[in-house]
Amino acid sequence: MAEIVPIQYKVPIAKPKVGVAGKTGSWRWIKPIVDNNKCVKCFQCEIYCPDNTITVDPEKGATIDYQYCKGCGICAEVCPVKAITMVKEA
Amino acid sequence: MPKVVLTGNYTVALAAKMARVEVVAAYPITPQTSIVEKLAEYIDKGELDAIMIRVESEHSALAATFGAAVAGARAFTATSSHGLLYMHEWVHWVSRARIPVVMAIVTRTIGTPWNIWSSYEDFFGQRDTGWILGFAMDNQEVFDMTIQAFKISEDPRVYLPVLIGLDAFTLSHTTMPVDTPEQEELDKWLGPRRQGYVVDGSEPLALGNLAWPEDSEEFFMDLQRGMEEAKKVIREVDESYGKAFGRKYGGLVYRYHCEDAKYHVVAMGAWSGDLMEAVNVLREEGYPIGLIRMRFIRPFPDEEIYGILNGSKGVIVFDRAISFGSLGPLYLDVAANLTKYTRKLPYMRNIIAGVGGVNVTHKDFYELIKTTIDDLEKGVEPPVFTWYHRR
Amino acid sequence: MARPIPPLPRDMRNTVLPGHAACHGCPITIGLKVVGAAFGNKVILVIPACCTSVVVGAWPGNAFNGSIVHVAFASAAAVASGITEGLRKRGVKDVQVIAWAGDGGTADIGMASLSGAAERNNDFIYIMYDNEAYMNTGIQRSSATPPGAWTTTTPLGKLEPKKDVARIMIAHGVPYVATASVGYPHDFYAKLKKAARIRGFKFIYLHAPCPTGWRFDPAHTVKIAKLAVETGLVVLYEYYDGRIHLSGPSRPYLDKSKRRPIEEYLKLQGRFKKIRDKDVKAIEKYINDMWEWIKKHI
Repeated sequence: MAEIVPIQYKVPIAKPKVGVAGKTGSWRWIKPIVDNNKCVKCFQCEIYCPDNTITVDPEKGATIDYQYCKGCGICAEVCPVKAITMVKEA
Repeated sequence: MPKVVLTGNYTVALAAKMARVEVVAAYPITPQTSIVEKLAEYIDKGELDAIMIRVESEHSALAATFGAAVAGARAFTATSSHGLLYMHEWVHWVSRARIPVVMAIVTRTIGTPWNIWSSYEDFFGQRDTGWILGFAMDNQEVFDMTIQAFKISEDPRVYLPVLIGLDAFTLSHTTMPVDTPEQEELDKWLGPRRQGYVVDGSEPLALGNLAWPEDSEEFFMDLQRGMEEAKKVIREVDESYGKAFGRKYGGLVYRYHCEDAKYHVVAMGAWSGDLMEAVNVLREEGYPIGLIRMRFIRPFPDEEIYGILNGSKGVIVFDRAISFGSLGPLYLDVAANLTKYTRKLPYMRNIIAGVGGVNVTHKDFYELIKTTIDDLEKGVEPPVFTWYHRR
Repeated sequence: MARPIPPLPRDMRNTVLPGHAACHGCPITIGLKVVGAAFGNKVILVIPACCTSVVVGAWPGNAFNGSIVHVAFASAAAVASGITEGLRKRGVKDVQVIAWAGDGGTADIGMASLSGAAERNNDFIYIMYDNEAYMNTGIQRSSATPPGAWTTTTPLGKLEPKKDVARIMIAHGVPYVATASVGYPHDFYAKLKKAARIRGFKFIYLHAPCPTGWRFDPAHTVKIAKLAVETGLVVLYEYYDGRIHLSGPSRPYLDKSKRRPIEEYLKLQGRFKKIRDKDVKAIEKYINDMWEWIKKHI
């Protein structure tokens, strides 16, 4: 059984961190806009977002973190009620 | 303390057992095979409480050993020649991750052609990897160095893997008496495994993410610092082992009649024994000759080497390997490290011999050293580079 | 109004951290989210050289909220074996070891160590995510590239058939083999949970359509993953207790007439733009042969 005596040298050990590639929202050229009136809280967009930027609240609907959303468009495509539209990034 | 008579390979296995290794992942290769077989026997008989992973290649052997070590287990492997070359990528990976691991290498010639006898090019091929490299002369030292390897590599000032070399057949398959400590005494001296970090789910850690150039260079500079610290640790461990079990060797190098020597020979490995016989005869004939036997070549004992060779009238470095297109690797290290301390080098001669496993006897050594010193005394410098070959 | 499908557990939210380096629409991170849903951060991923090694970002940050051991290319299965045995020796039971490797690191350079770990029945889950080429080095062909596909090393289309790693694992006699797709996260989740309860070597194949390498609009990743199953090209199944257990999403396609025409799948992908008729015929034959084999082993 190993006793951990922390290493005093610099080692290639990394810790969990949000935004390792920076604010990836800057990668967008199109942006998803959610119409929460249409949203049926099915969670498909949250499940499929590769960047994990969508949070669905069972009452309020889907919110997108635009700091990191890359604008891939998967959410708009998987939404069964077309509550998400992709619009050109300003 | 129990004295046994064992081959070098069985000695390695016994040392690993007494050091209480927990995971062994090794692949058979002549002449290392009996190490793996003996460890499998110890485990199956219940004498060693360890898990053996019967890997399908040497590359996987060091990979699996590393995996077990990262997860917190005292892990061990052994190989030789082509097996070592096959896992070479992993040799780098382990040291640069600063994970303590111990590996035994039974030195064997590299092909083409197939050749199973001893020379040191497989060992020297690991020179630049960041592993601490030690080499034994007889089976007693094989035992002592293997045990000490665990203590050195798991020292927080070091946290580097250690490789212990032993000659094919001359040591690996030859029985010699080996004095062993009592298990409880050894447990007290060695202690449980220590490592600098562990990946076992207790906290999310990522080992080896991509690193930018400046960060990478800083990791490697710290590895070099670890190597520097290792010199101190190796000397301490040698002293402490000596106090506990009655045998010490002098640290990074073993000095044989160096106190009053004017001429010096430098060598490592099993043939140092034959060299000592030659030195004995020469000294009786009045030649002021001493031997430096390298025990560790990484970290390189530059202070010791300079301390002994400064002012020498002539130095012969015997190499059992060649860096093709240049000189012998031990010679390159000795000569270059001297330049850290002095602009004036003594006369230095590099004699390559025994490559491919050719047997070199004390008579050969006697002739080579005698003719070198006789020439130098006459004011004639023999050629710096000689490949001594005899059928 | 569509009936809400139960969401995956909340850990799906916390394991893949936003702002990682994956391409738009990358299937890898969708897969990793499902792994997160199944195990939270009590997971050690063993990752050989592949896209994921870079997606998780540069030191000192890591976009995966769990443990990772990055390893040399050919050795994911070997290191995972070592970690598994090290933890077993220490009595550590509460963390899941997963080798997470691409098709290159599994079917090509990693084949020997994969076979070794499978034969030894080491107790961990090996997940091969198949984006059907060496994507990390810029889209070169692998043995898992389908015939007819463009890659940088097969500009006229790959000639050889696709290596079926799942069937190779079945032939090794391991306790559990499954195929999954990023298009069906609940199915993948169930398979992960099931695998975690089985002792021994478990292999899960994860079909992962790559927008960058397959040349399609990143919005279509999930659609293409689903089409692969709907055309019968990718069959979702489990193999244990000596037979195939066909998974829900693939069951309709036992009936050939229910399978959508393969052209629907091919025409969405730029890598098949120049595919020849004989390659399309070869793919159709492959689908038929696959289903014949499935039927024989159900």
